[in-house]
Amino acid sequence: MIPGSDQPAGAGPGHAANPGSAAGVTPVGTGRDQPVSPGPDHSEGWRRLHPLSPLVRSGRGVLAVLAVAGLSTSGALGQASGQRWYEVAVPVVAAGAAVVNWLVTRWKIDGATLRIETGLLRRDSRQLPLARIQAVDLVRPFLARMLGLAELKVRLAGAPEGDGRLAYLTEPAAVTLRARLLAAHYGLDPATPEPTEQIMVTVPAGRLIGSVLLLTVGLAAVAVPAGVLLVAYSPAGLFAAAAPLLWWVLISGSLLWQRVSSQYGFTVAASPDGVRIRRGLLGTVAETIPVARVQAVRMIEPVLWRPLRWRRLEVDVAGSEGHDHPEGGASVRKALLAVGPQDEARLLLRLALGDAAPTLTKPPRRAWWKAALSYHYLAAGHDDSVAVTVTGRIRRVTMWVPLAKTQSVRLVQGPWQRKLRLATVHLDAAGKHAHAEFAQRSYSEARPLVDELAALSRSARRRAGLLAVPQQVHQAAGEGQAATAVSPVNAAQSEA
Amino acid sequence: MRCAEVTVTAALVALIVGIGAGLALGWVVAGSAVAAAVVGAAASLWFARNRYKSWAYLERDEDLIVERGVMIRRMSVVPYGRMQFVDVTAGPVDRVFRLATVRLHTAAAASDARIPGLERAEAARLRDRLAALGEAKAAGL
Repeated sequence: MIPGSDQPAGAGPGHAANPGSAAGVTPVGTGRDQPVSPGPDHSEGWRRLHPLSPLVRSGRGVLAVLAVAGLSTSGALGQASGQRWYEVAVPVVAAGAAVVNWLVTRWKIDGATLRIETGLLRRDSRQLPLARIQAVDLVRPFLARMLGLAELKVRLAGAPEGDGRLAYLTEPAAVTLRARLLAAHYGLDPATPEPTEQIMVTVPAGRLIGSVLLLTVGLAAVAVPAGVLLVAYSPAGLFAAAAPLLWWVLISGSLLWQRVSSQYGFTVAASPDGVRIRRGLLGTVAETIPVARVQAVRMIEPVLWRPLRWRRLEVDVAGSEGHDHPEGGASVRKALLAVGPQDEARLLLRLALGDAAPTLTKPPRRAWWKAALSYHYLAAGHDDSVAVTVTGRIRRVTMWVPLAKTQSVRLVQGPWQRKLRLATVHLDAAGKHAHAEFAQRSYSEARPLVDELAALSRSARRRAGLLAVPQQVHQAAGEGQAATAVSPVNAAQSEA
Repeated sequence: MRCAEVTVTAALVALIVGIGAGLALGWVVAGSAVAAAVVGAAASLWFARNRYKSWAYLERDEDLIVERGVMIRRMSVVPYGRMQFVDVTAGPVDRVFRLATVRLHTAAAASDARIPGLERAEAARLRDRLAALGEAKAAGL
């Protein structure tokens, strides 16, 4: 069967690319010795995805291919008839693969783990320990939303995004499953209903559109005079200028649309099981981030928003986007506040980080010689639970890293800095770009700072570990990364 | 240690290239090519020596400190509890001289704690010690 034989490559986008990756700690032996047929629901508790999911999963691709096929065979190019048959075969194979993928995929909750099995020829059994959930997303693409379906994404650190993916379930089923997963995450009875939430912040559509427009208007302020100048100097250049200008309009238009449609109706709510973020115009996304999983928070103040005192908040959550990277896990960056004034930002910061407010100090005056363009923003400070740093040249970026989440502390001193007796101290959190930068500090301050931050992080980590224990009374596997005896070699695979 | 060896081989390669070029293009060119190769080798040896001297690591109770760099000084403090896994690698040149590189990975991509040019036995000892400590002190994300 042709669709079946190319199934592992075609329809297993998540796992085919990374064999034996993160979540599959011990590939449970359902694999080879089982008959190739999926063996539907013979063991208790296994569930299927919704029957319409192959349609939704392959829907967009099939539509695109059909459209292309329709265009190319509509006579515009005068193709041979053999070509036509070939082009129709592609979507058929893709749809067949999606159906087979649906047939062989099943999942169940097994105590404190979520198990997902998939694959026809190469069985792939993933076990996702719920205690290690970093975030749960409920994604509803447009097509799925029309059919009342939703996709559940469970994010674990180090696991590729495709690994904890259940696409698609019916909406109510997805919502109750999310509640169960999060209840299990906190070590509660899985039957606990979803706790009530309290809406903290809603971003009005007008403000969102305004903020995106402001950014593009800023670009226009540069592009239009440049174009006008060019035309003024050489009228023949009009044509030369028109094409890039058109491109620019198209690109910024699509950017605008993308930003607005993905962040439309941005709502942040606080609930006992974490911060909930909902957004989206056509397709919607509902993200739930347990507060203890926040690795870093960043506040960005673009220069064009400054007159309105707007800012944007982003959180970093451990987990990996796409490929399984040997260099530790990448982090997933999520918007915590699409755009909002200072008091909203402050509210959300308190939600994500607690009440910590360290006092900031500026680097010494001589740092101006090293960082003339950013000196006006540079500042940093820490207390015993969080470090705050401010950097940026044109836009101000403020970074908060909870000391309990510190991965390492680094001191870097370039030749110029040595001349000026300066040094930069980095505080790394999990992920690629999540680090706070105590930029251009005086060396006599930076050197002890390294040891101090290392010691403070150690005690903060210990405190966090102690806090986590009573939270999960009955759970052996608990927040027990702190206690499990996994050797670091396995740890890379399993818990990241 | 390792860097010095690498530059010695680099110098040999440069010499061979120089002589080859000389045979093809005449003795004046050959002489200057060899001279250039020797100077280059000496310079890189000097750089490598400095680089080698600047590497240092210190095993403390709770964390590992790695220092390196001549022009840009870098110092990393990596707590054992944050370690995800330890890598021991040995390239072909390393293997000739029975050396290995130990590398510590954390969940942060930026925290780079790499100790090159360790004797093989020392690399194995360090790896085992780090693995044991990482297990004892492991902390969740």
